[in-house]
Order: sequence, then structure tokens, then C-alpha cells
Amino acid sequence: MQPVFRKSEMLVDKPFHYCPGCTHGITHRLVAEVLEELGVGTSSVGVAPVGCSVLAYEYFNCDMHEAAHGRAPAVATGIKRVLPDNVVWTYQGDGDLASIGTAEIVHAAARGENITTIFINNAIYGMTGGQMAPTTLEGQKASTSPLGRDLSVAGYPLKVSEMLSQLDGPAYIERVSMHDVKHIRAAKKAIKKAFEYQTQKKGFTMIEILSTCPTGWKVTPPAAMKWLEDNMLPYYPLGVYKDIDGGAK
Amino acid sequence: MNRELMKGNEAIAEAAIKCGCRYFFGYPITPQNEIPEYMSLRMPQVGGAFVQAESEVAAINMVYGAAGCGARVITSSSGPGMSLKMEGISYIAGAELPCVIVNIMRAGPGLGGIQPSQSDYFQTVKGGGHGDYNTPVLAPSNLQEAVDFTQLAFDIAEKYRTPVIILGDGLLGQMMEPVVIEEKKPLDIDRSWASTGWDGKSRKPARINSLNLNTEDLDAHNAKLQAKYKTIKENEVRYKEYKTEDAEILVVAYGTSGRISYSAVDEAREAGVKVGVFCPLTLWPFPEKQLFEAAKGKKAVVVVEMSAGQMLEDVKLNVPHDVPVHFFGKPGGSVPSSEAIAAEIKRIKEVC
Repeated sequence: MQPVFRKSEMLVDKPFHYCPGCTHGITHRLVAEVLEELGVGTSSVGVAPVGCSVLAYEYFNCDMHEAAHGRAPAVATGIKRVLPDNVVWTYQGDGDLASIGTAEIVHAAARGENITTIFINNAIYGMTGGQMAPTTLEGQKASTSPLGRDLSVAGYPLKVSEMLSQLDGPAYIERVSMHDVKHIRAAKKAIKKAFEYQTQKKGFTMIEILSTCPTGWKVTPPAAMKWLEDNMLPYYPLGVYKDIDGGAK
Repeated sequence: MNRELMKGNEAIAEAAIKCGCRYFFGYPITPQNEIPEYMSLRMPQVGGAFVQAESEVAAINMVYGAAGCGARVITSSSGPGMSLKMEGISYIAGAELPCVIVNIMRAGPGLGGIQPSQSDYFQTVKGGGHGDYNTPVLAPSNLQEAVDFTQLAFDIAEKYRTPVIILGDGLLGQMMEPVVIEEKKPLDIDRSWASTGWDGKSRKPARINSLNLNTEDLDAHNAKLQAKYKTIKENEVRYKEYKTEDAEILVVAYGTSGRISYSAVDEAREAGVKVGVFCPLTLWPFPEKQLFEAAKGKKAVVVVEMSAGQMLEDVKLNVPHDVPVHFFGKPGGSVPSSEAIAAEIKRIKEVC
């Protein structure tokens, strides 16, 4: 009998620790499938962040490094200089990448470091219990913005794809979303393109993935998908922000 | 072997290259700038990589990445930059990765100044970063030792899978002396733990990591680290002595202070004071038993440091309780003259 569906061999046979309805699991799967399809999976080297996906290093069937908070792009730089022919990637959340790790991501991108970053933007700190993130939207409630994010106090949410696309170093930057099947399929294509660019040594690539956090947002998983669509898409428009081969908007 | 006149910082850099180090990640800070400058030219020549990082924080995390791949990797800095590196050093110690870190000390606290100092002893020797860990600390007192210790540091780092710190100061970094730098091959040891890109069969996928959420696992990991530190304490203590056999007064000093104390001892001996120097070459592990033996029966011990008295605490812990311990030194970037140290030795001789 021909199997029509199976788990990626790039994923270890181990249950994810993620909350019900969280989209980290889907994203892990997409990354694993893409790496496997490109034939670079097991020889690739991944870097896990600090945050909800801190344990990502346990889930992938390849060498994995667990980085200090925000430092994954620097760790990946060290790895890539030693292993220039292996695919090297980071998997980071918004607190990790867009707050404590802004210097590392900006300079890895500016160096055109030939790595791929998977950037999970769910507008909240999930692991530590739902605090305000650098990407938390205006008015959005979080445990450190209990009345909703007040721009006069906390400033504005960071638009990372827009920021990094202004640099000359990146080869490909796209923002995608996890809120429905159609967009998940598009996300996989974007992830594949980023890794393909890396194998072609084109430079820094990043895919920003709008994701849900039902636990942190205190809503049901279906409501979280709807909330993302209604609230995050208007502030964080989807699309290709940088493509050195053309095609950016 | 050719003797070459070299600046301390450059001698350290070349010594690293000559023993197979191929990766440097760092950030400019005085008085160690000649190390990244030298590496930026030399690393590409030998097929290695030099990256000027965006910060000391990024630099030490690049080291973490390269070290996790089993590569010989080095970074260098000075006080303020070392403070920034401490987070990364704790992770490197926790993940048990080998690397070498050079601290060419300047005076603090804060931005302090750029003059030579020994005020980072506590930070370097007592941990610096968070958690229960130690780093072997090698303290050269001349440039040949700086060369030899740099190469030794890589061997210790790889043998025990630990970060090793070379603790120099601005004077050692900036001065010139003739040195011999030999080619040295890395140890032939097991590196199967390293992340080199998995081939899917010959080993398990590498996990370069310091996280252990399970308390029992973290207890066991800490016990393993402490057992390793015990072995290092048993095997890696280094020190040297100068004219201690008949000495009544013992100077304890390391690095630049140790070197100047040699001259001070000669000067004090001309004035008839029987005095010698005990110079620790490893600050961690500290030569505890050896100092105790050396200090036995002495009329006084005097600790000379370019700080407000930091190694002083380790000396007080490790000399017989009936031997009085004096301190001579000061923070702020001034280097004591041999005459000033000799005068202090003579003053102590009068009071003991």
C-alpha cells in the first residue's frame, strides 16, 4: 500500500510541548518538510531561541544548538563560518528576535550572512506568561499592558520585515501567516524559497510568520485564527519585502 | 626556533594561529585592539575566518556557535567588554564547549580608563556569569608565557571541554619582548560531541545546549561539572617561585605585578631583606596548597596587585593563620614601580 501522508523524517518522534491551538507545531512541520524536500535536512544545523520554541532543539533530526536569548543569529554566524556548505537556520520568536536580539538580527542581515531565519510573530511573550511583546498591537491586552498597549507609554510595535528589507544584505524577506490552510500553503512556499536561496549562497533570508497564541491571548484556537486575521494582517501586511531576484512589492 | 620581537597582543594572536585556531570573533576595545587587527589580516591568510561582531555579546555568541562545531576559536576583550561577554561564557561553560577568551585588563569600574590594571580578578576567577561554574584562568607575567599559555589554553579547553581565560593586562598587551612561537598540533581527542552537520548514521544528532528543565537532570549536570572542576584543580595548578628558599618575607603577585616584584625582590635583597616571590600562573585553579607550603614559617606575606585587593582574599584563605598578610597596590590604572614595592617590603621588614 502506498502511504499518502506521513510525518517528515526531519522531525523526531516526540510529542511537541506546545499549547493546543498554537501554530508552532505547524511551522515546525513546514520547516521539517522543506528541509527534507530540499535534501539538506539532516546535514543542516538549526539554532533554537529562548521563548516558547526553546525546546525546538529536541524536535529536529539534525544537529541543533540552543542559543542565549536573542543571540541565535550570532550563534548561527559562528556555525556558518565553520560550516559554510551546510544549511544553517535560526528559529526565533518576537521577544527573542525583535526585542532582546535586535542587534544580532540586524547585523546578521546586514552582513548578508548566508543563513535562514524563521521568525514567529505572535504579538506576545508566550513562555513567560503573556507579557507585552515588541510586536504587541496598540490596545492589545497583555500581562504587562493590562489595560491594552498604550502607545504613549510603550511606543509602537516593530515591523521587522519592513525594517530589514531596507538593508542591502538580505536576499529574501517575506511575511506570511498561519491563519488558514491557504496561507499555510503559501508559508511553506516562502520557507522553501528562503532555504533554496541559502543553498544558492545568495545571502540572508528571513520568513516572518504571523502566528497565534490562544493561551497568551486568552481565546479559543478558532477565535485566535480569526483574531490574527482581523487584527494582525492590517498592521503587518503579508508579502515579499525583499527579493534580490526581483518580485518584491 | 626564531626569536621575534613582538607586541604582546600580536604575540597572543599569532600563538593562537600557530596552534590551529582558525576562528576569531571580537569587538574593538582598548587596550586589546591589536588582537582583532592582527587576526583580521592573518585569519584569511591561513584559511580561517575573522568577523568583527556588532557587540561583545554577539562576539561571544559567535564563539559559542563555532565552538559547538568543534572548531578552535578565540575572542578577546577588556573589562567593559568582558562584562558583556559574561552571559555567553556562562552558556559556554554550561554547554561544555571549548574556547579561549583573552582579557587584556584595563582599570574600572564602569568605563574606567585604558591604563593597565588587575581589577577583573573577581570577575574572571570567581565566575563572572550566572550559575555554578569555573573557568581555568591562565595569567602570564611575560610575553613568552603569554604565547605558551595561549597555546596551552586551547589544550586545556579541549581536554576538559571548558572555556579558558587568558588574563593579561594593558601593559602585557602593549609591551614588546622577544618571543618564540612554535607550531603546535591540536590534541588527538574525541570530538564526536560536536555539531559538524549530521550524516544521519555515525552518531546521534548533536545537541549543543545548556538548558535542563528537569531538576534531577540539572542536578546531575551540575554534579558532572563539579567533578570536572575537581579534576582540573588536581591537574592544572601552575605557579612559579623566585628566591623563596631562604626568604622571611613572601611577596605574592601575578602578571605584571609579579614581574615587577621580581625586580623589587632583587632591590630589597641588596638592602639585606630576605624576600622572595610566589607567582600564581593559574588563578583558577589557585595554587592553594603550594602557597600554604611556601608561606609556612614566613614572617609576613605581602600581596601586590594593581587593584584594591582582589587576589588578596584568596591569599588570606590559603596561608597559615599565624602569618600576617599585608597588601600593597591600588586600583585606577597605575603600575607600581619596583622601587615602591621594595620600599614597602623594607617597611614590612621593620614592623614584623
